[in-house]
Amino acid sequence: MSREDYEVVIGLEVHAELSTKTKIFCSCSTEFGGEPNTHVCPICMAMPGSLPVLNEKVVEYAVKAGLATNCDISKDSKNDRKNYFYPDLPKSYQISQFDKPLCEHGYVEIEDEEGSPKKIGLTRIHIEEDAGKLNHNEFGGGSLVDLNRAGVPLIEIVSEPDIRSAEEAERYLKKLKSILEYIEVSDCKMQEGSLRADVNVSVRKRGAKEFGTRTEMKNMNSFKAITRAIEYEKDRQIDVIEEGGKIYQETLRWDDVSGKTFSMRDKEDAQDYRYFPEPDLVAIKLSDEYIQKIKNELPELPESRKARYMEEFKLSEKDSRLLTASKYLSNIFEQAQKICGNAKAVANWLLSDISRILNEKEIEPENIPFTGKDLAKLVSLIDNGTISSAIGKKVVEELFENPKDPEEIIKEKGWIQISDEGAIKEIVLKILENNPQSIADYKAGKDRALGFLVGQAMKETKGKANPQMLNKMFLEELNK
Amino acid sequence: MDIIDFTVHELQEKLKNKELTSYDITKAYADRILEKEKDVQAFVTDISQQALSKAKEIDNKKASGEITNSLAGIPIGIKDNICTKGVKTTCSSKMLENFIAPYNATVMEKINEENLINLGKLNMDEFAMGGSTEYSYFKKTKNPWNLNKVPGGSSGGSAAAVSAGLVPWALGTDTGGSIRQPASFCGIVGLKPTYGLVSRYGVVAFASSLDQVGPITKDVTDCAMLLNIIAGHDQKDTTSADIEKKDYTKALKNDVKGLKIGIPKEYFGEGINSEVKASLQDAIKRYESLGAVVEECSLNIADYALATYYIIACAEASSNLGRFDGIRYGYRTSNYTDLKSLYRNSRSEGFGEEVKRRIILGTYVLSSGYYDAYYKKAQKVRTLVMKEFAKCFEKYDVLLTPTSPTVAFDIGSKSSNPLEMYLSDICTVSVNIAGLPAISIPCGVDKQNMPIGMQLIGSRFSEETILNAAYAFEQDYKFREKYKPEFKK
Repeated sequence: MSREDYEVVIGLEVHAELSTKTKIFCSCSTEFGGEPNTHVCPICMAMPGSLPVLNEKVVEYAVKAGLATNCDISKDSKNDRKNYFYPDLPKSYQISQFDKPLCEHGYVEIEDEEGSPKKIGLTRIHIEEDAGKLNHNEFGGGSLVDLNRAGVPLIEIVSEPDIRSAEEAERYLKKLKSILEYIEVSDCKMQEGSLRADVNVSVRKRGAKEFGTRTEMKNMNSFKAITRAIEYEKDRQIDVIEEGGKIYQETLRWDDVSGKTFSMRDKEDAQDYRYFPEPDLVAIKLSDEYIQKIKNELPELPESRKARYMEEFKLSEKDSRLLTASKYLSNIFEQAQKICGNAKAVANWLLSDISRILNEKEIEPENIPFTGKDLAKLVSLIDNGTISSAIGKKVVEELFENPKDPEEIIKEKGWIQISDEGAIKEIVLKILENNPQSIADYKAGKDRALGFLVGQAMKETKGKANPQMLNKMFLEELNK
Repeated sequence: MDIIDFTVHELQEKLKNKELTSYDITKAYADRILEKEKDVQAFVTDISQQALSKAKEIDNKKASGEITNSLAGIPIGIKDNICTKGVKTTCSSKMLENFIAPYNATVMEKINEENLINLGKLNMDEFAMGGSTEYSYFKKTKNPWNLNKVPGGSSGGSAAAVSAGLVPWALGTDTGGSIRQPASFCGIVGLKPTYGLVSRYGVVAFASSLDQVGPITKDVTDCAMLLNIIAGHDQKDTTSADIEKKDYTKALKNDVKGLKIGIPKEYFGEGINSEVKASLQDAIKRYESLGAVVEECSLNIADYALATYYIIACAEASSNLGRFDGIRYGYRTSNYTDLKSLYRNSRSEGFGEEVKRRIILGTYVLSSGYYDAYYKKAQKVRTLVMKEFAKCFEKYDVLLTPTSPTVAFDIGSKSSNPLEMYLSDICTVSVNIAGLPAISIPCGVDKQNMPIGMQLIGSRFSEETILNAAYAFEQDYKFREKYKPEFKK
């Protein structure tokens, strides 16, 4: 059999750090990047006798996430202890939720390979605390424990094994990220680890009903690594099976440098978390009114924003989807179109040149260095003929390099469009003089020659000449 | 009468009338400690000498009107599992031999607000696990009535210190009887409040769903006064109840006419010493003569309470004590090569036998494959125990039982037999399982002049009822006038 005869089955456990100001069980700051062990207190350091107090915001944010992903919200929930020893876990147990999570039975809608909508089921969303961090080998061997992150609130979003390809996994993750950003419960900064995923992968023969044995890769925090790891692990599992081997349920470590997974079986042996109800906290009881209130306060989500763009701005389904995929991109769009009134042009800039640069430079939309106001200014400058769209492209490049008011950029760079008739005429005559062959071609009926001449003129003026005027004047001269 | 013979409410009177100063009182106790501590061995950390300057300071502040609390300047002793900022909190364990908490337990904050003076930290069974205080890493506390006998446990240091007059009153903690049983063994008063009445913040956890802090005092009035100080909702402990603050001394009406007392027959069966039984029978008659209505009743589940208790308590302990791992504070082995051996050796060397036994038990009952058979079943029985008690309290105001099946036993006689030691908790544990309040007061002595304790159990938050019932008995029986610890060697 070939690899094509197998299908991959993927389930994701996504951990998102919630953007509450304080930790889940104490009033320490959740801010990222402080000096080690400065955002700590007796509670998150697990000093003897300290007790947790549940941060109500954490419950609110988790309920928000549940409602935005079509979950049922449990009115009767509780915390449990997950016991294991590790130096980054000061209590030797993580306060999590075991059999009564806050949210259950939800789904997130993505597009499948054919572009039709597909629902990825969510088993559950529960709240828990993050662990601290170990800094290895910084002071000549050994490890140092930094507990700033210990007790930062997390939600764990567990998907059903509904995902069937690495691309779907990426689409699902991007959609989830987008939803969490829209409802403002997590900043989802993957490079800071505030969004990370445990990836479960198994393979089975196409058409088989039973799932294969799955392996798990923990704490993945880039889309690229996740898709590469899934592809690798899928092929590895198929090869093992094809060679008559057996897949073991285990935790694997993805090594981004070698592009391979490695067994971590040592840590896995005898992992029994001995979950039991957390006796230091009372049960979480939510009223219908409380849940309804959060529901009423939910902001516009990507799906409804997309529909609005199609309706209000007559944008295509695809453009509307791409624009609303990121709250940040979408917000720039909203701001820019409001100021300049040219939604189509704003959308075009965002989806063509700006998206291309984001891709090339691997910049996330939240890190776009300019504002919607800047983009609106750019569109207006083109609309009123101050610059050409060719110059516009250069302004966009410049906005990424050295963001400031586009008007200032074009002044500084001397990019203001040449619309003076005399000046244009001078250029036209010069180009014609240097290109007698083109004149001959044009006269012989080759219309392409006009385009060539305009191009030469644009080159000569470094794109500053008004292209409509050039066109008009070349035609006048050629037809004389 | 010596200063150390007065109850706290008597001392309060004398302070008010300016017959005594805080310094007089504190000095009397500091001297008493110098005299008797070598026999009793109640303290892990004795700070009575430092307390003298604190007493002077309080006398001055009272004179200038800066301090007005009527109990200001009265000394107190604190069980060594209650965190005290700046003073060691060891839990009588090698694991925390040098641990100084950077914060006060909430009860300690309340003690400080009243300007009570801490004389020191009192010995206990390691991490409050035991019934004799023999499992302390540091020393074996002796029973002041007979120095060859145990003071009970785990709050044995607190009970012995109050009984011996080393402190006027003390705080203890009670997870399965750790206040009431030593109070009973030492002939004094001990109250375990309703679960949730007193904050657990800063009290080193043994079993979170069972632990409560409570008073250990010379008499019932002192007990009500100390409860007044420590009771109350605490935002730092979400399991603490948000209920109205009461003045428990107002409940002491010395009147039990018509009080309905149930006598659960299961607590008077096999295994209860005959002298203890006889003494309890006398107490029951006394209540009848005072006008109470006494009736035999039944608590069917009593037989299962002990097993249930040890499963739940050990399960929670196994998790609570995980933080003592040698990483951040406390004992760390010098003998390790990797993380595993650091954990294993720190915990093997830092914990005593009984603590390790309970961690292993607790780990076992929570393990996958055993959870349903043990922990989950124990939780179900726990619910039944609560229901059974609730049924009793539909008929009775108070339940009366022995506090312990025996009087204080000889040092060394049970410490090598854990099961026998566990059986001495048989009368007290079900109260913790049900989260109820219960008080132990002395109701007699045996032929060897060792005190016998009686336990009065109330429904949730009925501290006033059991305090009043205890008070009426105390006023009529006058145990303190009849018997005194003899420091028999």
